[in-house]
Amino acid sequence: MNEWLYVGLFFIVGLIIPVGAIAVGWLFGPKKPNPIKQETYECGIEPVGEGWVQFKAQYYIFALVFLVFDVETVFLFPWAVKLGQMGLFAVAEGIVFILILIAGLVYTWRKGMLEWA
Amino acid sequence: MTGEQIFFLIVGAVTLLSALMVVTSRDLVHAALWLVATLFGVAIVYAFLNAGFLAVVQVVVYIGAIAILFIFAVMLTRRQAADTGAAMNANWWVGALVAVVSFLGLASMLSKWSGFSKMATAMPSGFDAVGQLGGALTSADGYVLPFEVASVLLLAALVGAVYLAFNKK
Amino acid sequence: MNFWNDPLKVAADWLMGVFAGWGMNETAANLLVAFLGVLLLITILMVIDIFLVWIERKVVSRFQDRIGPNRVGPFGLIQPFADIVKLMIKEDTTPNGADKVVYNLAPILSMMSVLILWAVVPLAPVMLGVDLNAGILFIIAAGSIGTLSIIMGGWSSNNKFSVIGAFRQVAVMVSFEIPMLATLLIPTIFAGSMGMNAIIQSQNIWYVFLSPLAALIFMIAAIAELGRAPFDLAEGESELVSGYNIEYSGMKFGMFYAGELLHAFTFGGFWSIFFFGGYRFFGLEQISPAFGILIILFKAMIGYWVIMWVKYTMMRIRIDQMLSFNWKFLTPVAFVLVMVTALMNALLSSASSWLYIAGMILSNIIVAWVALEIVRSTAKQERKKVEGVKVVAEAHH
Repeated sequence: MNEWLYVGLFFIVGLIIPVGAIAVGWLFGPKKPNPIKQETYECGIEPVGEGWVQFKAQYYIFALVFLVFDVETVFLFPWAVKLGQMGLFAVAEGIVFILILIAGLVYTWRKGMLEWA
Repeated sequence: MTGEQIFFLIVGAVTLLSALMVVTSRDLVHAALWLVATLFGVAIVYAFLNAGFLAVVQVVVYIGAIAILFIFAVMLTRRQAADTGAAMNANWWVGALVAVVSFLGLASMLSKWSGFSKMATAMPSGFDAVGQLGGALTSADGYVLPFEVASVLLLAALVGAVYLAFNKK
Repeated sequence: MNFWNDPLKVAADWLMGVFAGWGMNETAANLLVAFLGVLLLITILMVIDIFLVWIERKVVSRFQDRIGPNRVGPFGLIQPFADIVKLMIKEDTTPNGADKVVYNLAPILSMMSVLILWAVVPLAPVMLGVDLNAGILFIIAAGSIGTLSIIMGGWSSNNKFSVIGAFRQVAVMVSFEIPMLATLLIPTIFAGSMGMNAIIQSQNIWYVFLSPLAALIFMIAAIAELGRAPFDLAEGESELVSGYNIEYSGMKFGMFYAGELLHAFTFGGFWSIFFFGGYRFFGLEQISPAFGILIILFKAMIGYWVIMWVKYTMMRIRIDQMLSFNWKFLTPVAFVLVMVTALMNALLSSASSWLYIAGMILSNIIVAWVALEIVRSTAKQERKKVEGVKVVAEAHH
């Protein structure tokens, strides 16, 4: 049988447990909403404006850099699995691969995009 | 119908439905979350095809990185910037026509394909898919060049992104 | 005596017999047995989770020279149950303007992302869980779902604090995923496989002795991934009050909290699997699977203790410091270590095992030493720059 079926079982049980816990809490807890209680919490001060605050563009830059490195490292996993059997040629390949990506990191760094200015 | 087929149909339907919700939902964050559901459905299909490595990579790269990137990009804007205009313009029928024609074309092509009635050959037990992939990516008569070119491509993507962001500053 | 050697299989066979007696076909009975097994494992995990609350509170109180909970039950052991009752009878509030579906889905996904991690944890030689051949990446994939749950919770609460907290947390999590992935390449290189069981089976020498630096970087990245001090800037009590889960109350908050504790314990377990031999301990695991389970839980607890130790010793760092530390130090070091390890592994592949270990440790020490030297000289330059400014400023006074 497909091994992912068992992983799927973990997903199902992993959903049932928290749903059950929250349902029990919902069952036993009091339900007395009022407008002041439901206000968003800002340390007792009435909230001004909406919760959607604008963010620094820096978050986006870091997410972009992360994306590139994420894809790269995922590529490296099959390489690492086979490395023991392939000898120096494969090692050289992987090192070239990593060095090209490190060049990208250095470029980003030199351009000052890694600063949280 | 076997259990597998029923399961596949359910997953496919959910994937398509969430794909539809991506393009129709008004809220951009909701659209991004529906996109996550779509991509997760695709990951389940990969797992279903015994392509476990691809399924996991799909989740890591698309849900863990690209969806997060989308949400970050949406949150860079303000809510006032959200589009409140009509979702379609006067040319909607052209788009619909192109979509229908290409769907019909694909369907007529695929209806002649013999693969639908065939069953996939069973995987030999103990088949190491990741090891095979690694061997293909590293051996000299395999896909060494595409492997290295992929790294150059990623470098180009990074440099391009940094350049664009840098100029805007 | 069969039961002693493989209790799971005996129990499963017995259950299969019972279900077959009810006239079930084999596939359905198999699925049902697997379902019950998963349910049992996760229930045990939730019980462990309850006691983790007690352990965490006791340990933090000792670190802070307090006694900790000691009123309810012997040593305060019943305290977590009292906490659960309290969480259950709390009112479950939803803030104004919250996105209800996403708001309710977030704590569920958060807990689920932790529970599914245990699908790939081998507990004993005969209890492998699901031995995926992409096991390492499965951990990262489950972590992606956790990241998503945090952004969902923070965004849907319609609260400024929670959105800011969620963004910081996600920035930390995605950044430190890179050094974590890079260090996970190293056990993969040694074992020649990404499966958890293969990694444990190939650890005749614990990998921490082959690559101590990788174990250290993995631990740092894991702490960041968990959002614990010194990387708990998403919580930032003094500025953000509680971070992404600020609007949650009752059992929904409980799910985030329990998920965080179990996540930390789970990463202690992964640390032991990748670098400390998992369920293996001088062949003791061969006697009975019970020993294997005890060994891996004990090792996981030690890893968890290290995480707590760091948490209650370090102070919080700012987001710019966190990102600089990751991208300018940890990521380059991790990738250099991967390259050096791959090279040494190929060069020493035919050497004797002592030479192999010595070469690996030596290369690790050299990488760490060079990295620290570079940081030291950079820091010296930075300090000089700052001091120069100070001298100028004093001259003006």
